[in-house]
Amino acid sequence: MTFATTLRNSLGKDLRLEWRSKDAINSMLFFALLVVVIFSFSFELSAEESRRIAGGLIWVALLFATVVALNQTWARELRNQVLDVYRIAPAPLESLFLAKVLGNFIFVSVLELLITPLFIVFYNLRSVGPWYYLVIASILGNWALVVNGTFFGAISLRTRSREVLLPLILFPVSIPALLAMVSATTVTLTGESSPYLSLVFLAVYDIVFTLLGLLLFETVLQAE
Amino acid sequence: MKTKFVVFALVTLALLSWGLYEALVGAPTEATMGHVQRIFYYHVPSAWVGFLCFIANFVASLIYLKTRSARVDAVAVSTAEVGVVFCTIVLLTGPIWARPVWGIWWTWDARLTSTLVLWLIYVSYLILRRYSVGGPNPVLAASLAVFGFIDVIFVYMAIRWFRTQHPQPVIGGGENSGIDPMMLKALLINFAAFAAFGFLVIWLRYTLERVRQRVEEAHAMKALGSAR
Repeated sequence: MTFATTLRNSLGKDLRLEWRSKDAINSMLFFALLVVVIFSFSFELSAEESRRIAGGLIWVALLFATVVALNQTWARELRNQVLDVYRIAPAPLESLFLAKVLGNFIFVSVLELLITPLFIVFYNLRSVGPWYYLVIASILGNWALVVNGTFFGAISLRTRSREVLLPLILFPVSIPALLAMVSATTVTLTGESSPYLSLVFLAVYDIVFTLLGLLLFETVLQAE
Repeated sequence: MKTKFVVFALVTLALLSWGLYEALVGAPTEATMGHVQRIFYYHVPSAWVGFLCFIANFVASLIYLKTRSARVDAVAVSTAEVGVVFCTIVLLTGPIWARPVWGIWWTWDARLTSTLVLWLIYVSYLILRRYSVGGPNPVLAASLAVFGFIDVIFVYMAIRWFRTQHPQPVIGGGENSGIDPMMLKALLINFAAFAAFGFLVIWLRYTLERVRQRVEEAHAMKALGSAR
């Protein structure tokens, strides 16, 4: 099978499975909701203050929620030895990786669309800077989260207590991207300066880590 | 092998004592910071040796992915562990020095943050190795090391791009860099001493890891034999 066909089929299968079960999106949504509510109880904020810290809060909520979903992406393939079939199938494995990343990217984006209105309501948010910067930041930021997360999900799959291990190995590598996402979001919300540099940093981060993931994925999946 | 190790250990000990003497007595007292500046002779060499360890770990991981040689994996694990130790020394001596000079223990500037991230990444590398006993662990660990090292380059370059509270590099940092020759002498001797010390520990750890690998192999062979 060619790269594109495998990608399309695999992505289609993931989306269909998710559409029928709604496992990932439900648990992510509820988890993110909990984080937002708990944060909002923990701090009593004025409009100005909440604008200043909202960037950090929303990304932390998303990061935690993403881990919840990522833990399920590969575990789903363990049932009925699907992963072993992938391994021996004459299909390019990179397309499988890319399909998973795209699938997760879609889940996280849907989550973000659902959670953002809540965030605006709970924290009385209003952006001072141009809104399209926020859209670019969330697209690049989501990609950075899921591309690393999918790769590290595949690594943690074959370890003891993988649910615990995934955040332990994912978060340190993601910190630079997280710093850039938070700073891009915060400076846009407060309108203090241009998020241009952070966005460029994020874009470079996305490209480098996507390439690395594609390069190393087969090695990780075939590791026995 | 054993004599070589003892001789090397003695040389390291001599270098460390010489370095201690140069740092405490030989080097002049810094004009503005006073005696606390002497921590420099431990802080900077530890950082350099730590970086060398992580570079060695990266190279070993790449070679391991290519050759799957158990020896190279033993190099990877020992350099990562020793690198984390030196990175810890940097993170501990830094605040001790910063408190009297800057008035604060810690600040989130690019240099400090990147060093902490570096430490976190390699601790996660060690955790991954610890969690996945047997089975595919070296391959997974080597892949994480490659990811981690790319991140290290990212965060390392961040210091050159941003203005930081942390001083700019004193050696090879462009114009206005450079220090008193006596200070440079103490710094370089300590660097040599720390590098030798690091190498000594890596050597020990490598030998230990090889023994562990052989024991594991023997167990596996025995299990295969009894299964037949």
